[in-house]
Amino acid sequence: MSTLTYDGMAMVGRQLRRVRNSPGLAVLTQVMPINMLLFFGYVFGSALAMPGREYRSFLVPGLLVATAAGGIMTGMFQAAADSHRGVMDRFRTMPVSRAAVPLGQGVADLVVTAIGTVPLLLVGLAVGWRIHGSALEVAGAVGLLLLFRFACTSIGIFLGLLTRSEDAAGQLGASTFVLPLLSNAYIPTDGLAGWLRTLAEWNPISAVTTALRDLFGNAPVPADGAWPVTHPVAGSLVWSVALIAVFMPLAVRRYARGER
Amino acid sequence: MHAVRGLDLAVARGTVCGVLGPNGAGKTTAVRLLTTLLRPDAGSARIAGHDLAREAAAVRRSIGVTGQYASVDGDLTGRENLRLFARLHRVRAPGERAGELLDRFGLAEAADRQASTYSGGMRRRLDLAASLIRRPEVLFLDEPTTGLDPASRTLIWEVVRELTADGTTVVLTTQYLEEADQLADDIALVDRGRVAHTGSPAQFKALIGSYVEVVVAHADVMAKAAGVLGQLTGAQPSFDHERHAVGAVTRDSTLTLPRLVRELDAAGVPLLDASLRTPTLDDVFLRLTDRSSEHADDKEPAV
Repeated sequence: MSTLTYDGMAMVGRQLRRVRNSPGLAVLTQVMPINMLLFFGYVFGSALAMPGREYRSFLVPGLLVATAAGGIMTGMFQAAADSHRGVMDRFRTMPVSRAAVPLGQGVADLVVTAIGTVPLLLVGLAVGWRIHGSALEVAGAVGLLLLFRFACTSIGIFLGLLTRSEDAAGQLGASTFVLPLLSNAYIPTDGLAGWLRTLAEWNPISAVTTALRDLFGNAPVPADGAWPVTHPVAGSLVWSVALIAVFMPLAVRRYARGER
Repeated sequence: MHAVRGLDLAVARGTVCGVLGPNGAGKTTAVRLLTTLLRPDAGSARIAGHDLAREAAAVRRSIGVTGQYASVDGDLTGRENLRLFARLHRVRAPGERAGELLDRFGLAEAADRQASTYSGGMRRRLDLAASLIRRPEVLFLDEPTTGLDPASRTLIWEVVRELTADGTTVVLTTQYLEEADQLADDIALVDRGRVAHTGSPAQFKALIGSYVEVVVAHADVMAKAAGVLGQLTGAQPSFDHERHAVGAVTRDSTLTLPRLVRELDAAGVPLLDASLRTPTLDDVFLRLTDRSSEHADDKEPAV
């Protein structure tokens, strides 16, 4: 087994044990999207042209992706908090692969997210959301969602190591809340004014949301719109891979530098 | 501004080098440089035969580091911490090694509690245990006992002595002169980022000398006592007539209290009290650094 794989798995183990030892935060972060599903689904849903049940089916994939985008905040918060821990210095003075710590954090986050998303899916099913896609399509949807989560966490880890500030992560958390608002996660984009619609459709969240709706069989791919939305699977892959390719190496470099 | 400049240090294998200096002298910066946490602007070093700049990975395989602040993960239990480090060190049975170390460092009972609930002394012991997962060739201890209870301090000293007996080289920074006196084979006194003085603890003390004082039974024998003292120390004795005391400074480190008492007894001096006060390293330290107290509180500047 390569050094990176071995060290990386040890780091994944470290993060998972930490979540198990103090699960409070991980549990709390899952409450928010369920609240939003109920509020948006029943409050906004009653004001939209779409019938309530149909809107809630439309909303569940959007919330899944919006929650995945929260990886920016979670990743940043964890990395910033970690950067103050003496244990990071110990890792740096040990013969440990430099990429293992950021990668381990990202992979552990995927495990926590995958488990933590189950309650949202159950509430979704309870309020009328259904999966119509084939097993392969569903697997594809889960894969795209996790890949996107990893991309967002990569951005967060880099920012966390850059700022070394949990306060900054908290502030950014508030602003990342608006990212899904400027996408098709909660509303269809075809009603938006021209430039705003373009902006919303180029938001990576829109591509992944559209892909999930298509693969779960909740809503068809729009016939017209920006390329990532009309080709949502390819669009999601390109966005996620590009973000990971940029931010994960930056995060690793930043980590390796330490306080130098 | 450089926290460390022109700091030359050579430590022989299997010995303890005590790096002494006031706050802000550059001790911690030196340790961070030597343990690959900081990159030097200039200069070079070899740790266990590996070049610090070009063979950082090899250096990391040879060293153990215990810093001023415990480098363990507070969210993990003591056992989980040691298992993790053991895995990263590719120890074949990480759980077993963790168990051994927890026993050795008196942490077996607290092993399955999160390290954040540990007392300062327990955390520091866990930290030292983490540095010893594999016996390091060179162990860096940066103020390992600052603020520790006496029991933890004694345990840490004991472990350091065991390690050097097995051939580990130890670089120990400390503000406690007693600690350097107890452990160090050689002392490097660091002041304002450079080595101000090096030598053994005995050499350091010899720089100042000891103070011998005897109290005799009556005034008539004071002159006789002064004669013996003058002979033994080679110094001019001083008198305290009120207390019937005679004192002298000696730089002869072989002069012991029993010998002093024997000589005085042989000369027929009725002794009431005798003392030989070796200077503490504190005395030496103050004398050699000659710093005013406001300097001592200076913060360590970044590199």
